[in-house]
Amino acid sequence: MDLVSIVALASIITAGLTTSIGCIGPALGEGRAVASALMSLAQQPDAAPTITRTLFVGLAMIESVAIYCFVISMILIFANPFWNHVIAQAGGH
Amino acid sequence: MHLSGDEIVVWRYGFFTLNETILVTWALMLLLAGGSALITGKLSEGVHISRWQSFLEILVTLILKQLDEVGLRRPEKYLPYLATLFLFIATANLCTIIPGYEPPTGSLSTTAALAISVFLAVPLFGIAESGLKSYLHSYLQPTVIMLPFNIISELSRTLALAIRLFGNMMSGAMILAILLTITPFVFPVLMSILGLLTGMVQAYIFSILATVYIAAATQTRDE
Repeated sequence: MDLVSIVALASIITAGLTTSIGCIGPALGEGRAVASALMSLAQQPDAAPTITRTLFVGLAMIESVAIYCFVISMILIFANPFWNHVIAQAGGH
Repeated sequence: MHLSGDEIVVWRYGFFTLNETILVTWALMLLLAGGSALITGKLSEGVHISRWQSFLEILVTLILKQLDEVGLRRPEKYLPYLATLFLFIATANLCTIIPGYEPPTGSLSTTAALAISVFLAVPLFGIAESGLKSYLHSYLQPTVIMLPFNIISELSRTLALAIRLFGNMMSGAMILAILLTITPFVFPVLMSILGLLTGMVQAYIFSILATVYIAAATQTRDE
């Protein structure tokens, strides 16, 4: 297999695996966060504004990890420097 | 692939290019600043105030109360900066409801600029509050060994702010575009509702995180 095929194959497989594996952890973490927030809301309903606000901030922090994986996948698909380099070399032949 | 408004160039003169993101940002600035100038031109105290003035008062009071609840002491000093962050990002994300509009926060340049402004504002507020030596001393805070980790955490949380906002807004627009080619009406409408919701939540998160960083930096000289 020539270099172009190898780079394409690696980029495609990695892009798919990055998002699929990288979103497992944040999803599990967000589930646990919401579950414990619901439990504490049931125990102390009048602390609801504080609990809700802290829940949203925590969810955004956990979500960022999934977004990092998404950005890496996007870079591999749309702005891949290795692909550009290899294509430029192949085009220059 | 069309990722953001950066690729649509409106005007080019030598080194300077004017792309759609900058134009939309200017339009938003005009909307926010011009609208506020119009409303606050004739303020009135008393029982009968115009509905626009009461709208602005609601906004300011709500944001001030939120800043207070998060634990920022003397929130009035930081209210202009933090409220401007929140209102700009919220307006930029809310205007997605207009057809043909691309949110400027879906471009990494805008979100990086906002994150860099937070990165610069936190030490400035910290030094203004407690002096240069005391602020620098806070970097050595638990032990001296933590100095590189404190610096790295400053840089990484700035990067996280930029990428979080960019990723959320860009992915919303991209999912909408992809779904529009698959199903005509129902799914894109639902995804745009979700996009509006995440836009508002991300605006709130950005400003709350900026508040928490400023609160941590201005707490260095405590009792």
